[in-house]
Amino acid sequence: MSLSRRDFLKLSGGTAVAGAVGAGVTPEEAAAQDEELRIKGATETKTICPFCSVGCGITVHTKDGKVVYSEGDSEHPISEGTLCSKGASLYQIIHNETRLTKPRYRAPGAKEWKEVEWDWALDEVAKRIKDTRDRTFKATSKSKVKEKQPDGTEKDVEKEFVVNRTDGIAHVGSAALDNEECYILQKWLRALGLVYIEHQARI
Amino acid sequence: MTNHWIDLKNADVVLVMGGNPAENHPISMKWIIKAKEQGAKLIVVDPRFTRTAAKADIYAAIRSGTDIAFLGGMIKYILDNNLYHRGYVANYTNASFLVNPEFKGPGQLNGLFSGYDPKTRKYDKKTWSFQMDENGVPKKDLTLKDPNCVFQLLRKHYSRYTIDTVSSITGTPEEKLIEIYKMYGSTGRPDRAGTECYAMGWTQHTVGTQNIRAMAIIQLLLGNVGMAGGGVNALRGESNVQGSTDHGLLFHILPGYLPVPSASLVDLNAYIEKYTPKAKDPRSVNWWSNRGKYITSYLKAIFGKSATKENDFGYAWHPKLDEGMNASWLNLFDQMYNGKFEGFFAWGQNPACSGSNAGKVRKSLGKLKWMVNVNLFDNETGSFWRGPGVNSADIQTEVFMLPCASSVEKEGSITNSGRWAQWRYKAIEPIGQSKADAEIIDELQTRVRKLYQTAGGKFPAPIVNLTWNYKTAVKQIDTHEIAKEINGYYLEDVFDTKATPPKQLGKKGQLCASFVHLQADGTTSSGNWLYSQSYTQKEGKVINMMARRGKADPTGLGMFPEWSWAWPVNRRIIYNRASVDLNGSPWNPKRPVITWDPVKLDKNTQKPGVWVGDVPDGPAPPMGTDGKGKYPFIMRADGMGSIFGPGLADGPFPEHYEALECPLQENLLSKQRINPAVKLFYGKEGSKEEDIFLSCDMRYPYVASTYRVTEHWQTGVLSRHLPWLLETVPQLFVEMSEELGAEKGIKNGDKVVVKSARGQVVAKAVVTKRLKPFKVAGSTVHQVGLPYHFGWQFPEDGSGGDSANLLTPTIGDANTMIPETKAFMVSVEKG
Repeated sequence: MSLSRRDFLKLSGGTAVAGAVGAGVTPEEAAAQDEELRIKGATETKTICPFCSVGCGITVHTKDGKVVYSEGDSEHPISEGTLCSKGASLYQIIHNETRLTKPRYRAPGAKEWKEVEWDWALDEVAKRIKDTRDRTFKATSKSKVKEKQPDGTEKDVEKEFVVNRTDGIAHVGSAALDNEECYILQKWLRALGLVYIEHQARI
Repeated sequence: MTNHWIDLKNADVVLVMGGNPAENHPISMKWIIKAKEQGAKLIVVDPRFTRTAAKADIYAAIRSGTDIAFLGGMIKYILDNNLYHRGYVANYTNASFLVNPEFKGPGQLNGLFSGYDPKTRKYDKKTWSFQMDENGVPKKDLTLKDPNCVFQLLRKHYSRYTIDTVSSITGTPEEKLIEIYKMYGSTGRPDRAGTECYAMGWTQHTVGTQNIRAMAIIQLLLGNVGMAGGGVNALRGESNVQGSTDHGLLFHILPGYLPVPSASLVDLNAYIEKYTPKAKDPRSVNWWSNRGKYITSYLKAIFGKSATKENDFGYAWHPKLDEGMNASWLNLFDQMYNGKFEGFFAWGQNPACSGSNAGKVRKSLGKLKWMVNVNLFDNETGSFWRGPGVNSADIQTEVFMLPCASSVEKEGSITNSGRWAQWRYKAIEPIGQSKADAEIIDELQTRVRKLYQTAGGKFPAPIVNLTWNYKTAVKQIDTHEIAKEINGYYLEDVFDTKATPPKQLGKKGQLCASFVHLQADGTTSSGNWLYSQSYTQKEGKVINMMARRGKADPTGLGMFPEWSWAWPVNRRIIYNRASVDLNGSPWNPKRPVITWDPVKLDKNTQKPGVWVGDVPDGPAPPMGTDGKGKYPFIMRADGMGSIFGPGLADGPFPEHYEALECPLQENLLSKQRINPAVKLFYGKEGSKEEDIFLSCDMRYPYVASTYRVTEHWQTGVLSRHLPWLLETVPQLFVEMSEELGAEKGIKNGDKVVVKSARGQVVAKAVVTKRLKPFKVAGSTVHQVGLPYHFGWQFPEDGSGGDSANLLTPTIGDANTMIPETKAFMVSVEKG
């Protein structure tokens, strides 16, 4: 990833020209051949762009479990094969050396991350959820409501109601999840009793 | 969006105001250009000459935060010049309704509506009501002449928004205002359509909701709602922010816009009673009268067999808000600052950069005991404990950072701005040890459930009774099974008991055909009624409607009804019953959305009379049909488009107020400088210094706004790491006019410091012709703009700079509490 795009263009341009001399083809033809080779024998998968909300179609080419190329889906009625600079960069998200590939943990007061195992991280999070929930769970809470008085008027009165909620945990996110994930995420958070649930739509 | 992306091509006039599609929704611009090629005109109103503006027929600059003044002037112009669509306004909107004679507006009460209580900063809306006849139906004057009718009150309210006043507030020259009003007003002709595109440029203001209301009023006056090439179109910012909202990831709504229950609604009956609007007028469809079916089917979806009639379908297991409790973003972080929360999930979101007043957010994170951060990349939120100015040893928060898979490493659907739910397939396995979000949720759910099952604990019922049937022979969690739960099932054989003999609607165990079949007695389930029909069964065959790739376009309007699936029930343009006259003939015969065919036989009833075109807003015959016709706005209890909006917190008509921080001492229209109904975080006892704001203060003389660029996305977590994108736009910059640059001795490329009352950032100066000084109230006002895509954590050498949200204030819209990040005050100095 230390190669900048400009370096890359210089390099690949140079290679194409060198190749062209040897094979007797123009740089354009060489570039076209390059493209063909890259996706030859690759599997095509249809996806939708993960960036803005236009919902452009993208075709992802994979070979040996790796994404080798992605491009606009020419059959898509909205985008008709076109993509913006973000959509066109999709494949750089995938095999990106700065991606997180292992869970990390930061202890209280620590100055650095520590890589940890999934099992440990999930168990520890589950324990903290239960511990916080059990200690901060609110079965009842006071609310002000309007109550009809015998003379027909209404008066604000404070009453205790059942609320069954967990006030000690909050959640934000996530507008980049799939619908199915959003649905089970809110379903589970609410089963835990959370009411402080917010995400990108608010900001 | 009321309409959808391709439909932009059907417009005669496109107004882009509060958005910038060429840069933030680039591919959508294709359809705006297509409209232009067909003769449409493009109007762009923006503080900055954007790349969308570069394609405009008319561009006008506007000072940030003055859109209601601009649009109020347009309403006045439309009324004064009789440009409105009279038949539409009289029959399809509440313009004819008579309002309580006690109602008073800001013209009479110096900026306030009747019923204001300065102590609570809230309105008693008693007088914002309609006069009712003996049957409980609003009284009407279809001639629109009664002085108390909505139409006349509207005229009176906006009579104050004269061209010179509007120009003086907005900084837009008078001749530009007139040119735009005239052009957009031309779509009031029944056979012309105008569309409006907005994004966060309208929502992120203390008057955000009313910005959009003002446009909705204009669209109703011009008869543009329901039309091809019309509507009010929110260009949403994220790939699935439409879907995540539809599925209730917000404190106040459950999936399908069902309100979250509150404390005093002690049982399901009380909930249904409160949230089921009553309509006494038989011509009103009043769709929300189905509320009971939707909430019951939801409870059946989440609690399954454990939800019974006897236990109120598990209603008591659901958490309740206190009455009047607002758990939205700004309050959430205020409470976090107060130490209310021990635990916090930041799941696919980076509030340390995206939250308004990000400095306060970052401090708040340090008050937590533990945090779970799920993301593809490290980010400023997960690593807040090692951020600038933070001594790690002082921060006691434990952080778990869980790596998730990218969108091509899993399978599921996302919903675009045009409400199309489109299926994405899995191309490869998750990279490294990363897991799909669904798997992470599944793992945590399973482990927490086990702890409660084995060790007990507080109120385990909702946790142990939660349905979780997503495991298949091959997958630990299969998103297809979730999609089916969202769509819903017939839990028993379900019959239409109104028919004689009763007609079978569905067979036990099958997927529901659509929400029309959902029941309130527990015999159906649906995780989100709005998505019922998205994953269904036809003649026994299971069909994932969202995965469809049919390219038929029978109307020629670009609706592509066989491509993916749109909510609700695959309707591509909502409120489409308003696109026809009282007899069901399209207002615009050139671009008919739906048409009533009185002769053709209805497939289901075998009786003559059927709609052709888009899926209509209900099968009822057109409004003018004797006895059977229905009003067009089926989601409103009264069936009418709301020109008068009594449900809003800050007034039934939009009124101009200045931003919390603005360059003016006074509002030129009234004595109320800011929206009187917003919640103030600062300036009272117990205020936090972090929430400080300074308006009309010489130290912060310039209006500022945040925005985005094509090459980055939101706080940049998914774009700063991509080499191509980072190279093209590598760091924070601040755009300013050549005039301001000259005044401050700042040249293009200089390092500058931008400060607000709350924080500061270092940025590169971009001195440009795209911004020009405004003439506001006779004085010169400068405006600057900054993108908010950057953060200290990456690039790791700090070369990107930090978040522009370190500058933005703690204040939200009066209705939605969306923070005001599009208008605030700053200083700019050479650094």
